[in-house]
Amino acid sequence: MRQHDIVIIGGGPAGLSAAAAARKAGVQDILILERDGVLGGILNQCIHNGFGLHTFKEELTGPEYASRYIDMVEEEKIPYKLNTIVVDVNKNREVTYINKEEGLVTIQAGAVILAMGCRERPRGALNTPGYRPAGIYSAGTAQRLMNIEGYCVGKEVVILGSGDIGLIMARRMTLEGAKVKVVAELMPYSGGLKRNIVQCLDDYGIPLKLSHTIINIEGKERLTGITLAEVDANRNPIPGTEEHYSCDALLLSVGLIPENELSKGAGVSMNRITSGPNVDDCLETEVEGIYACGNVLHVHDLVDFVSQEAALAGENAAAYVKEGQNRKKSHKVALAAENGVRYTVPQVLNVDTMKDTVTVRFRVADVYKERYIAVYYDDKLISRKKKKVLAPGEMEQVVLKKSSFEGYPEIKQIKICTEVE
Amino acid sequence: METRNLICIGCPLGCPVTVTMDGDDINVTGNTCPRGADYAKKEVLSPTRIVTSSIRVKDGAIARVSVKTKSDIPKSKIFEVMKEIQAVQVDAPVALGQVLIKDCAGTGVEIIATKTVERV
Amino acid sequence: MSGLQYDVTIIGGGVTGAAVARELSRYQLKTCVVERAEDVCSGTSKANSAIIHAGYDAAQGSIKAKMNVEGNRIMGELSKDLDFAFRRNGSLVLCFSEDDRPALNALYERGVANGVPDLKIISGDEVRAMEPNVTDEVVAALFAPTGGIVCPFGLTIALAENACDNGVEFYFLTEVTNIARIDGGYKLSIKGKEDITTRFVVNAAGVYADVFHNMVCEDKITIIPRKGDYCLLDQEAGKHVDKTIFQLPGKYGKGVLVSPTIHGNLLIGPTATDIEDKEGTYTTAGELAEVTQKSARGVKNIPYRQVITSFSGLRAHESHDEFIIGESAEGFYDAAGIESPGLSSAPAIGVYLAEMIADKAQAKKKENFIATRKGIPHVSAMSREERAALIKERPDYGTIVCRCENVSEGEIVDSIRRTLGARSLDGIKRRVRQGMGRCQAGFCTPRTMEILSREAGIPMEEICKNQPGSEMITGEA
Repeated sequence: MRQHDIVIIGGGPAGLSAAAAARKAGVQDILILERDGVLGGILNQCIHNGFGLHTFKEELTGPEYASRYIDMVEEEKIPYKLNTIVVDVNKNREVTYINKEEGLVTIQAGAVILAMGCRERPRGALNTPGYRPAGIYSAGTAQRLMNIEGYCVGKEVVILGSGDIGLIMARRMTLEGAKVKVVAELMPYSGGLKRNIVQCLDDYGIPLKLSHTIINIEGKERLTGITLAEVDANRNPIPGTEEHYSCDALLLSVGLIPENELSKGAGVSMNRITSGPNVDDCLETEVEGIYACGNVLHVHDLVDFVSQEAALAGENAAAYVKEGQNRKKSHKVALAAENGVRYTVPQVLNVDTMKDTVTVRFRVADVYKERYIAVYYDDKLISRKKKKVLAPGEMEQVVLKKSSFEGYPEIKQIKICTEVE
Repeated sequence: METRNLICIGCPLGCPVTVTMDGDDINVTGNTCPRGADYAKKEVLSPTRIVTSSIRVKDGAIARVSVKTKSDIPKSKIFEVMKEIQAVQVDAPVALGQVLIKDCAGTGVEIIATKTVERV
Repeated sequence: MSGLQYDVTIIGGGVTGAAVARELSRYQLKTCVVERAEDVCSGTSKANSAIIHAGYDAAQGSIKAKMNVEGNRIMGELSKDLDFAFRRNGSLVLCFSEDDRPALNALYERGVANGVPDLKIISGDEVRAMEPNVTDEVVAALFAPTGGIVCPFGLTIALAENACDNGVEFYFLTEVTNIARIDGGYKLSIKGKEDITTRFVVNAAGVYADVFHNMVCEDKITIIPRKGDYCLLDQEAGKHVDKTIFQLPGKYGKGVLVSPTIHGNLLIGPTATDIEDKEGTYTTAGELAEVTQKSARGVKNIPYRQVITSFSGLRAHESHDEFIIGESAEGFYDAAGIESPGLSSAPAIGVYLAEMIADKAQAKKKENFIATRKGIPHVSAMSREERAALIKERPDYGTIVCRCENVSEGEIVDSIRRTLGARSLDGIKRRVRQGMGRCQAGFCTPRTMEILSREAGIPMEEICKNQPGSEMITGEA
């Protein structure tokens, strides 16, 4: 069986950044496996700008951001295979992939980095009643058809979900001559960045209806219309609030789900809230030598943070491969997400062996104004930072210093939570 | 005196910014960086945007090359710019950064490719 | 022959029409199938419970019972001959109270009388030992080991392909608007196309069977579309139960079932709502809620959050609750009112009607009848060696297009190139499962459209989800 020190599953922003970091850390034998015909992942179809402000101090479009990392990979001559899909990973880090040239191949990896990204939640998962006509697309599929193949999916459009993909597509379709009639959002707040509400909806006079959902889909062969209704606090439709919109395309931006079929196959323990693997401060899963980063670990908003996270995974995978079993980790402490904090990544910290700082990323459960983000070591309050606004659609972070643990040798739990005054 | 509340779109933070205009006198508060002040002033006086879209490619590995306005253009000219972009077709290969339209819709701004498309 | 185009014309390309076509193709009879949609399996055949019933449910001595039991009996061998997915997982009919025991026993007796093998009544504890997720409320159950699950698309398409391989012609997008008696047979008027003249007609038109029957026959029938909504759950929930779990039947059909599907999903449903619209394949919030609610009575902890899609199918319910099979007018054969157990009965109905027609026509059997058919290889189910060899021969089997169901480009290409090849996305989906997984075609749609466009020479703007009118895109951006 062929051997590779580090095998990276996915050649999108996470995989590319992990590869570059692993090479920088001194590992030569790296292999990136990418199912599409090009590197770059989802960035290839994200032709809008807003990428790279943190990483490059420039505002780039998705493809431009991807090309920076692809250039790094090419310059460093890091090997990759395209049109290659991984069909299995097991806990012994045997990776099986399939492509036209080689057929089905199994290789042995010293370390595996999971960077498979995420998929979109479909209409079927919402159980929206009505017909099943043509014209219903997840926003990402419509985006691909438009930006890569050059096809329009409809002329009169309704969008369900105010996450960034839905907002970006509202603008995109408008620019290509479609009439976007409304963006409906189930929650009482938008899931996307505020800047996108301005430059995608406000700029074009597209109404945003919060606390609304679609209760019926019409049109047998092709979509002809939908019915919107307002929802109550329990997200149930309120009778009497129905509004009909005629349309020939419905775009759904109703959630991204990390694509973890391979992770599960490897026996990696999954987190119920993130739908991604549980990891420690090294971004290592509970299966030795298997690391995770990017959207497969938890869904991100900014690719810059994906790159940061993935670089860390790459560094750690490199360290593992170089130090092997001798690598130590000790004093494992769980992180608890409480009181308004939905989850943290990582879920576990190795206090004695962690780096000088660890960035803990998290999301809140609701929109909060004038709240504190608090960190506790067991019952002791360690830090408190006031935030004007916290929103579920905007990932936050706290940085924990290794030195801060010095006074807490018996620490059992780190708690991250929100607090009112 | 006129007051407008805006969300700055200069970066993903989206700071809420307040602009007060008293004749020629413009005052900006709420921004957390200098670009925010610049954006707010511009937005009330002569709003501009970057436009991103795609242009048809002939004989390319993919059918469309993603493009953008090299710098921001007046907001009022967005659809004119789009019309010109839609009328164009370029031949592969296209290089990232290549100028595909010189002066788009009379704005003086170039349309450049944001990805490389190989020829097939 | 008297200058008529066909000996037999079958109206309807669903499972019944395909089964009759396949059996007729054994004989030296010029046969064709006319189908309104763009593909076979477009009506009720594509939206049902996918169950091969054991046969205890139909009234004793009824044609339904006879056809069901016989269809069930031959299904195993047929699935091998025609290469479609079928498994006898066994059925359980749950009884929730001692007061209902007599009804359970009656069902048992009926089953025995209908000729259903190996039926048994078991206790509530025995049920729960077999199926740990069955609720505590259950006191007893009827166990029918011969009950099975099938791929309804696989079955229908296999029958149709085999019929086609044996000379039956298929006309799609061909809608019959009138049937008139002519000398020696019938003249079928076709919307927008030329008439078809035929000696015999088989009416297998599903919910529209009454329309055609009433054009020809003196006595009139009424087919009521009985709508059933279903929810399909992710393959992660596919092992929640192993048997097909029914609830003791009520007034309207077999009640809500919970069953694994042959492809490893979990299916719950259907409801039973009589509607007027013969095109009414829409789900409703109320019925979807009903499915969720009723299913919980018999099976606990169903992970409803794992729903990946819901759909609605129309059963062709005839008011007498019975199949109408036979010669209803001179040379006009009905296979009408084929609601449950229609799927299970189809092969038997095919044999029965074909023999009847062949007898009347005094037709001889073909000498070179092709009795078997090979389906499209499902690459990901093959052994490593088989797969490697296949990819060497055909590299496109090495490109995975549908990630959720592991479907390769080669399989999609095959589904388009073979006999009665797919010409729509739904056609591809039903042949190779592309788009049936948890992302519901979100990832694979653009690529599949390209492959279909390339292989079938259909411009992208004309690629349809199913029939013309269901175009996927509106044009170039």
